[in-house]
Amino acid sequence: MTDVTSQAPSPAQSGPAQSLGFYAIWAVCILGVILLPLIFTSGGSHTTFSLIGIAIIFALSYNILLGQTGLLSFGHAVYYGLGGFLAVHGMNAIVAHELPVPLPFVPLIGGFAGLVFALVIGWVSTQRAGTVFAMISLGVGELVASSSLILRSFFGGEAGITTNRTDLPTIFGLSFGPQIQVYYLIAFWLVISAIGMYALTRTPLGRMCNAVRDNPERVQFIGYDPHVVRYLAFCFAGFFAGIAGALAAINFEIANAAYLGAVQSGVVLFAAFIGGVSYFFGPILGAIVVTMLQLELADITSVWQLYFGIIFIGIVMFAPGGIASLLMMHRPLLRAGTLPMVLPSYLIAIVPTLLFACGVILGIEVLGAYSQGSADSTTIRLFRIPFEAASPMTWLAAVVLTIGGFFVARMTWRGIAGAWDRAAMAARERGYLS
Amino acid sequence: MLELIVISTLNGVLFGMLLFLLSSGLTVIFSMMGVLNFAHASFYMLGAFFGYQLTKWIGFWPALIFAPLLVSLIGMAVERYGLRQTHKHGHVAELLLTFGLAFAIEQVVQMIWGKLPMDYRVPAILDFPAFTIFSTNYPAYKMFMLLISVAIFIALLVTLKRTRVGLIVQAALTHPNMVAHLGHNVGRVFMLVFGVGTALAAVAGVIAGPALVTQSDMAALLGPILFVVIVVGGLGSLPGAFVASLLIGLIQTFAVSMNGSLASLFGPLDPSIGPSLLTDIWNVTIAQIAPILPYVLLVLVLIVRPMGLMGTRES
Amino acid sequence: MTTAIEMRAVEKKFGNVRIIQDLNLTVGKGERHAIIGPNGAGKSTTFNLISGHITPTSGEINLNGDPIAGLRPFEINRRGLSRSFQVTNVFAKMTVWENIRCAVLWATGHRYAFWKNVDSLPEVRRRTAEILEDIHLTERRDVPAGLLTYAEQRELEIGITIAGGANVIMLDEPTAGMSNTETERAVALIRRLTEGRTLVIVEHDMSVVFGLADRISVLVYGNIIASGTPEEIRGNPKVKEAYLGEEEH
Repeated sequence: MTDVTSQAPSPAQSGPAQSLGFYAIWAVCILGVILLPLIFTSGGSHTTFSLIGIAIIFALSYNILLGQTGLLSFGHAVYYGLGGFLAVHGMNAIVAHELPVPLPFVPLIGGFAGLVFALVIGWVSTQRAGTVFAMISLGVGELVASSSLILRSFFGGEAGITTNRTDLPTIFGLSFGPQIQVYYLIAFWLVISAIGMYALTRTPLGRMCNAVRDNPERVQFIGYDPHVVRYLAFCFAGFFAGIAGALAAINFEIANAAYLGAVQSGVVLFAAFIGGVSYFFGPILGAIVVTMLQLELADITSVWQLYFGIIFIGIVMFAPGGIASLLMMHRPLLRAGTLPMVLPSYLIAIVPTLLFACGVILGIEVLGAYSQGSADSTTIRLFRIPFEAASPMTWLAAVVLTIGGFFVARMTWRGIAGAWDRAAMAARERGYLS
Repeated sequence: MLELIVISTLNGVLFGMLLFLLSSGLTVIFSMMGVLNFAHASFYMLGAFFGYQLTKWIGFWPALIFAPLLVSLIGMAVERYGLRQTHKHGHVAELLLTFGLAFAIEQVVQMIWGKLPMDYRVPAILDFPAFTIFSTNYPAYKMFMLLISVAIFIALLVTLKRTRVGLIVQAALTHPNMVAHLGHNVGRVFMLVFGVGTALAAVAGVIAGPALVTQSDMAALLGPILFVVIVVGGLGSLPGAFVASLLIGLIQTFAVSMNGSLASLFGPLDPSIGPSLLTDIWNVTIAQIAPILPYVLLVLVLIVRPMGLMGTRES
Repeated sequence: MTTAIEMRAVEKKFGNVRIIQDLNLTVGKGERHAIIGPNGAGKSTTFNLISGHITPTSGEINLNGDPIAGLRPFEINRRGLSRSFQVTNVFAKMTVWENIRCAVLWATGHRYAFWKNVDSLPEVRRRTAEILEDIHLTERRDVPAGLLTYAEQRELEIGITIAGGANVIMLDEPTAGMSNTETERAVALIRRLTEGRTLVIVEHDMSVVFGLADRISVLVYGNIIASGTPEEIRGNPKVKEAYLGEEEH
């Protein structure tokens, strides 16, 4: 997806070869979405793919705000959650009144729910950008989340509201009972939404969102009201978040208060940021990584959320452009053919960095086991090796690995920086880097 | 009725003063460094947990000194090795760093102390009723909390008015751009301000721990309210933070003690209406909506007066 | 003669400090008008008042005969007034091409459209390419604006200002910080691009002012002390005393 950036020239302006490449990338991605569940056929993987698809739509919708328009929201789950609730109510109403609406159209209910709430809330909250916007989004988020526990008849209190997707009228003979059918429903909306949101970045409004992000003051002097630009972006973000929420409601057949809570808002922020907000495909990567982490880490360790936080902090501090920027950094080197100059330094760095990481992980696990595991046993297993949490040797090993690993790793990181400078210099000489 | 008003006022002022212990640090940090510290309430939580643990080991009074010191060391390390490193990536990155930190601190606390409330008791020496008003015994510990927070408030005031660092902080509050001209020791001033701010939050944690609940979600519960306070008061305004702290402290305390609802005011709805949004709203008590009142206030203030009650700048 | 900009008895106070007092200024249509004055005289404030960046405390401001005091900057811009900034004020992360194109979009009527592909708007492309050619930045079209040299950024700034096709152009110190050759180039550029339009310019470089302007107004302590042709201004004793005398040794 190398061409799908907010900065690179668009296909229409570039040569035919690049334009072809651009469509090829989209085609490959769509093909992947179609073929993946046929390759990984277990029910578990279908569930995983479904969750990833929902997370991608949600993260992309979030990036309309953060990456495209520069609006940092702490309450985006409000539109996701309300989309989910309205979808569940809509499905129950369809069943109760025997309306002729099949399941594949239900995400539109969620989308319009998100849109309507964004239309109402957005006008006030997008008056200003920056800290004020962030605080309003936080306040509105808390307000809606708390209200959901008070307005029980609509939100169903703690338990939430359930539905049954198979009760809806069928279409093409699909019952949407099996997970694979739900997956393809999600995949259909994923492709539509992703294309829609990408197309949005290529419209006059999409370009002005970037302008407002970069310099809201100047935008006023070329005829635009930054408030209106932010507001429209906010509405689109609400619409696509609502679609994601409705898909989640279809997938789980329930909507509850957790859908619109602070945790959900935080997770989508994590996903978009870890993936990288300055490229269109960044949040896609982020959603995949974060969903996989949520699912996989939870099986391995009880403190998976802590690792999650540490990864996020690491990205914020050392790679604020996210995974996407880390990848795209190498593009000019690849084109200039100077990439081999940096690869050896990566290989050298990988060993001490992994040792450092192992030390940190061992330290965290030992500490966790030591403070909580008094009842059962304090033995933990890490990479199939048993460790005795109460033993000083284990603690010593963790400390030595962490501190020693850090200092050795830091030297190799400097090696990477040096190699990078040389490779970038060479690329510049060949005219691939300005 | 009068009893309720007196007790609620006392409790409200107490909660407000606790909020100010937190919001004052948050405001000063924001004014000087431009960082809205999402993890501020997490330092308050660390204060409570360190206070609990140290009380178990060395007693309450030493804990009251050492827990804030420990937390302020952590705070200074965060400033020195975290925020300063992130500064070059801009304010959004700094804000997100503290956001991630708040998340991580909660997880660490959960890992070490678990998710259940701690048995963090009021020290025996303060475990008696200070006075009886009407029929209610008012605990001495609450008076002690009030005393501590007022004492710190006065100390803070004196520091701001009388010391060099205080003058720098004051200047920074009114002229944020001036901070850049502090010269070579700007890093040390930042670290100091961050350390003091987190220490104040930790003091609030240590003394609030026994009275409120010491639990791993206490930061997540209080954090958003803290933001409400400093935004409602006006970002960067210390007097504003003070007024808003008391305001929110009083509003919440009074709301919690009121059981009135539309149903109790106008009588129950016709039962034939059945459960609906209307019945939800009709039957909800003021006490039940107490948690959302600060956010209603926040949204209202931001709509009507985006610079906050006493603020001078918007963001 | 019809007027492009007319300011009557305009006053601006910040708190109790009066920055602008009883300011009267008339700029005729098609005129090249320079505003000069010592530092702190209120030249930038005057620009900000006209362009809607700040609102006057009292007084009247007219653009092409219509009152504009109190309007928002984008409303004034839509009525045909465009300004540049003293400190370079471009869209740093976007490419040069995108910078100019954004400035073209409103004027070509595409506004907030979210149903059109921005790359397939022939009118937008043509005008963007034209302006890039005009400001000599066609070669640099794919470079992010933040990575341009200072002089290039100043030229881009002028390009963004004129791109919307406004008939009143206001340039705030367009040659500040430029070398002599860069300044000459910039002056030629301004002369050519503002052909047939009204130009208001704030400038410290007197050779630029006297080379470019049809009329000059001298602003001292928030007040216009003289207004006239370059010859009249040169000969005006009040101006000599207040301004030229101390700067032109």
